[in-house]
Amino acid sequence: MSSEPAIRVSRLSKQYEIGATTGGTASYRSIREDFAGIVTRRRRVAERRMIWALQDVSFEVAPGERVGVIGRNGAGKSTLLKLLSRITAPTRGRAEVRGRIGSLLEVGTGFHPELSGRDNISLAAAILGMRRREVDARLDEIVEFAGVAAFLDTPVKRYSSGMYLRLAFAVAAHLEPEILMVDEVLAVGDADFQRKCLGRMTEIGESGRTVLFVSHSMPSVLRLCDRVILLDQGGVAADGPPREVIRQYLGSGEGSSAERSWSSPDEAPGDGVARLKVVRILQGGQVDEEIDVARPVDLQVEYWLLEHTDLRPFVNLHLANEDGVLLFITSDSTNLAWRTSPRRSGVVTATCRIPAHFLAEGRLFVLAAVSSLNPTTVHAMEADAVSFHVVDRTSGEGARGEWANDLPGVVRPLLPWTIKDSYGEVWTPDLTRIVEER
Amino acid sequence: MVNDASSAASPDVVVIEPPRGWVRIGLRDLWLHRELLYFLAWRDVKVRYAQAAIGFAWAVLQPLLMMTIFTVFLGRLAKVPSDGIPYPVFALAGLVPWTYFANAVGGATDSLVTSSNLVSKVYFPRLVVPFAALLAWLPDLAIGSVLLVGVALIYGISPSVSILLIPLFGGLALLAAASVSIWLSALNVTYRDVRYAVPFLLQLWLFATPVVYPSSLVPERWRPVFGLNPMAGVVEGFRWCLLRQAPPNWCVMAVSLAATTTLLMAGLYNFRRVEHRFADVI
Repeated sequence: MSSEPAIRVSRLSKQYEIGATTGGTASYRSIREDFAGIVTRRRRVAERRMIWALQDVSFEVAPGERVGVIGRNGAGKSTLLKLLSRITAPTRGRAEVRGRIGSLLEVGTGFHPELSGRDNISLAAAILGMRRREVDARLDEIVEFAGVAAFLDTPVKRYSSGMYLRLAFAVAAHLEPEILMVDEVLAVGDADFQRKCLGRMTEIGESGRTVLFVSHSMPSVLRLCDRVILLDQGGVAADGPPREVIRQYLGSGEGSSAERSWSSPDEAPGDGVARLKVVRILQGGQVDEEIDVARPVDLQVEYWLLEHTDLRPFVNLHLANEDGVLLFITSDSTNLAWRTSPRRSGVVTATCRIPAHFLAEGRLFVLAAVSSLNPTTVHAMEADAVSFHVVDRTSGEGARGEWANDLPGVVRPLLPWTIKDSYGEVWTPDLTRIVEER
Repeated sequence: MVNDASSAASPDVVVIEPPRGWVRIGLRDLWLHRELLYFLAWRDVKVRYAQAAIGFAWAVLQPLLMMTIFTVFLGRLAKVPSDGIPYPVFALAGLVPWTYFANAVGGATDSLVTSSNLVSKVYFPRLVVPFAALLAWLPDLAIGSVLLVGVALIYGISPSVSILLIPLFGGLALLAAASVSIWLSALNVTYRDVRYAVPFLLQLWLFATPVVYPSSLVPERWRPVFGLNPMAGVVEGFRWCLLRQAPPNWCVMAVSLAATTTLLMAGLYNFRRVEHRFADVI
């Protein structure tokens, strides 16, 4: 029995009527419209446009496997999770799920603002399918995880948004299903909370339970999953080891994850003001995925400014490592002359140089965005637009010195050191090496 | 949705397939989710009175005020007969179950739409939602029944052993409300017109039910038709077991019960047939 897959999906398909996929309240009809539809039925059928949100998706997940599901927006990730957690029914195909399912598509589902924290724990637990005995047994654990002990009898409408999220996730995190399905819940909350969530998810995964994890966060997927399925336009585009599949995803199949480009503004991420054209990683003027720590690296963003604007949009880049730790944010508005310059429509190329001997070894993920202030607006944004691998081949001359083993830390800067001994001898920093190529 | 037949072989396996052919009512699944049913009903009750200054007093005030109005206009001015019972008690005995029915149907009709965040994010038998809304008004019905006994005592009508049948007719009121709500709540997911039509419908319905007038006013040959109304039997029953009136009109009772059962069964079937679409259209 244990050799049977925990999840078996065969040719699973889901068709939506366009308009129905946008969700919200746009999809319900009035009786009047349907009466009109009876009269002009022929026309209505012709006008009705259907799209396949998911088409002929097949895969199997073995018990205890931790599978990440990635893909661009609209690739069918959420639809897949909704089908497997039985929220909606497939149009075609079949899936079998073996074991108690816990699905977490949203944090705080079923929370009611008027009820106290304690009441909401009971309610949310019942909604997620937990038995009352289990909840009572784990109440202290849940409260401690959320860190809301002092506010347990306060209505949650008086909670800060952070407390609310922590409580909501705490309930879900103490669900003990055999199969856990999670959708993007880690995309909320502060960094501290996210780390806690991810830690809890790792624990669940390591305790031998099957995990299906939908995420946009490549670092989280890398850390949590031992297999990744890439969905594209409703189908399975890749299925395999996380690093390979993520590389394929980030490189959009064109080989390198160090460059992403969009051929026209229509398909590029962005709004009416700015749209991304290219995001690339360069070393020595060449697009390169493997970056030598001893040489500077250039992060380049090209974007379309679609109109002359007073908004003065600026580029900002967020660099995160495999653990999801945000290393830093850098922005081209730190160039004061550019910050105050009027913007003209056309293509703008902004390049940022990260000095040599600064980054730590490992894979880094770059979020690229074009934003403006007053009001704060994000015009274009692409999470994990590109990624690159920093390699430290230095021996003696780098920040690692003569240390040959792993050197932890999120950055690895080479800093100027001054040394003096009791004989009055002084060793000044060897600056030439550090500023070289800067 | 979930095919219970094929999962019966191995209880741990959930099979997900397109809905087709006949569906099961899925009462077993509903039973497995009884805690959720209880918690949702409990939430509704708690939230309803959370910020109301006089809380549960509303459960007393609503039927009491309606009783006063009908007593003045129908009892005093229009001199509507009341089968020899003081009109206020007569009216209240009808208004208590009626108030439950009207509140429960109104709440249950909107229940799926107001719980759209649940319906689109978590799996559970969707029947839980309207049923929880129906259960959530039962405390009000209980309070109303106590009020009714009190008012009857004031008018010198002491209850007999038949008062023990009140829970039975309370249950019948629940079934009557369920038989209607199960249709309306499912319809309301696709057609939001329903939520606007329901208050109006309930107003008309009040006068089609022997709440403020006795069913003895209805000509004998029309009684079976009159009884098709699920609430007709409930109101008759309430009066009978509380006010030591002559036994109810059995013809009306039987037709009413049959109508409720038919409406309920067909409604359950319809609900199960369309529920797989709820998450997509809500």
